[in-house]
Amino acid sequence: MSERKIRYFDNNATTPVAPEVVEAMLPFYTELWGNPSSAYGFGHQVAGHIEAARAKVAALIGAEPREVVFTSCGTESNNTAIHSALMAQPDKRHVVSTMVEHSANLKYCEFLRQRGFEVTYLPVDGGGALDLGRLEAALRPDTALVSVMLANNETGVLFPVAEVAAICRRKGVLCHTDAVQAAGKIPVDVRQLGVDLLSLSAHKLHAPKGIGLLYVKRRTRFQPYLMGGHQEKGRRGGTENVAYMVGFGRAAELALERLAESSRRIGALRDRLEETLLAAVPDTVRNGAKEPRLPNTSSLAFDFVEAEAVLMLLDQLGICASSGSACTTGSLDPSHVLQAMGLSPMRARGSLRFSLGSTTTEEDVDYLLAHLPGIIRRLRAISPLCAAHPDNDRYDVAAARARQAKELTSLANG
Amino acid sequence: MSDIYTLYNETVMDHFMNPRNLGDLADADGVGEVGAAACGDIMKISLKIKDGRIEDARFKTFGCGSAIASSSMATELIKGRSVQEALHFSNQDVIQALGGLPPVKIHCSVLAEEAIKAALDDYLKRHPAPAAPAAQPT
Repeated sequence: MSERKIRYFDNNATTPVAPEVVEAMLPFYTELWGNPSSAYGFGHQVAGHIEAARAKVAALIGAEPREVVFTSCGTESNNTAIHSALMAQPDKRHVVSTMVEHSANLKYCEFLRQRGFEVTYLPVDGGGALDLGRLEAALRPDTALVSVMLANNETGVLFPVAEVAAICRRKGVLCHTDAVQAAGKIPVDVRQLGVDLLSLSAHKLHAPKGIGLLYVKRRTRFQPYLMGGHQEKGRRGGTENVAYMVGFGRAAELALERLAESSRRIGALRDRLEETLLAAVPDTVRNGAKEPRLPNTSSLAFDFVEAEAVLMLLDQLGICASSGSACTTGSLDPSHVLQAMGLSPMRARGSLRFSLGSTTTEEDVDYLLAHLPGIIRRLRAISPLCAAHPDNDRYDVAAARARQAKELTSLANG
Repeated sequence: MSDIYTLYNETVMDHFMNPRNLGDLADADGVGEVGAAACGDIMKISLKIKDGRIEDARFKTFGCGSAIASSSMATELIKGRSVQEALHFSNQDVIQALGGLPPVKIHCSVLAEEAIKAALDDYLKRHPAPAAPAAQPT
């Protein structure tokens, strides 16, 4: 089992670290391990490598190096952006975001809301698109920040962030975008986008987990989230994770070099996978608009089956994909993104996400296409649902939820 | 992959990969369908009952691996039991027979119990005198 070949269709979750990246990082464990803040040359020589890495990641997003603050991950970057916008503008108490953001954003907004701040979560339509008129109408004199993602992690659907930022500029409101899923898949340029703050995570583009960045546009008032030493020009305390910064720099360089070619190749594979499945498997629909969308992501709903069962059968064959459902994390609710798009609970629960990457081959796609239709047929034969009976609508959902809540509480206490 | 996958033991995996008693019964004496997609899984259990005893049981399930395994095991367990015995069927029977379920999946076994009871309710409604074996055929 452990030696079987892995077919990896979960690149939106994470990506393998590129060999070039590992190679670039190694000297910073073996030779150049000093603290860049030290006064002596052995430590201080490392600082130059951090600045070189900073220049490389800045180039990936069209920023100036000094506008880049290294963080530990995309979650920290998102939390910091929202925190900074509110703390640096103490007279403003309102944040505008959307219903389909990553939990790194939603959970932090919820935390703020419970402490007296106000948050407007904008809805999306059935294709996953934002209504810009509604966004503009949501802005108030006390709005500190608009935070909208560039590319959705579940559906790949792109938000018109440049237009959102233009509205924000007109209204004097800061604009942040979570570009974690976009970097390395589509061109990301902070000047073209016109945003004030932007989050990135390195492990989505073949660097290690545990490093990200926050772009802070020059002259943006900023309040650090981690306070400590003078690292990152006082914008993020904590001794620098030098090897990871260098790895991120190398990965950014490779991503920029390979972007055009790899997104064309991956896009063609994704289209073949998606179009073949939509044609071969009846009662299957794409979640979200076809365009504009990331070239690597396909979210498909296979009606009448539940995604976790499909994932388990795929796993038996060495195929890694993910569900549009939060079921596996212990939550009983289907994906908040798919629900916000108006999918029925049955359809949301039957949704799978395939996210391709630079290691995906034609043969991987052939393998998936050879096995998935049979798995769906097999699970549909087990399912009591069909077109004539798409859900059991005679069940008392409220009572069941109350029972489940009680069960989980007793589990937690027991 | 999530812990849930590694937490499924061999018996659960076996019942998921090779479900027993799958399908519907055309001439079922009692059918119960419980659950809804909004709160998770849906299970449908059909029973063939003769002389107050469960002769055959079939299931259909929309749900995760442990929901499928739970309903498969539940149908295995209740076959041959009397209606009276089956009315006391508990989700603990399913958990025990499966050799345990991950805590977040316990609700699957509860749903299996509910489905069996719903099928028995349906049978008792259709056959108000279950004690009389020679009840009129419908």
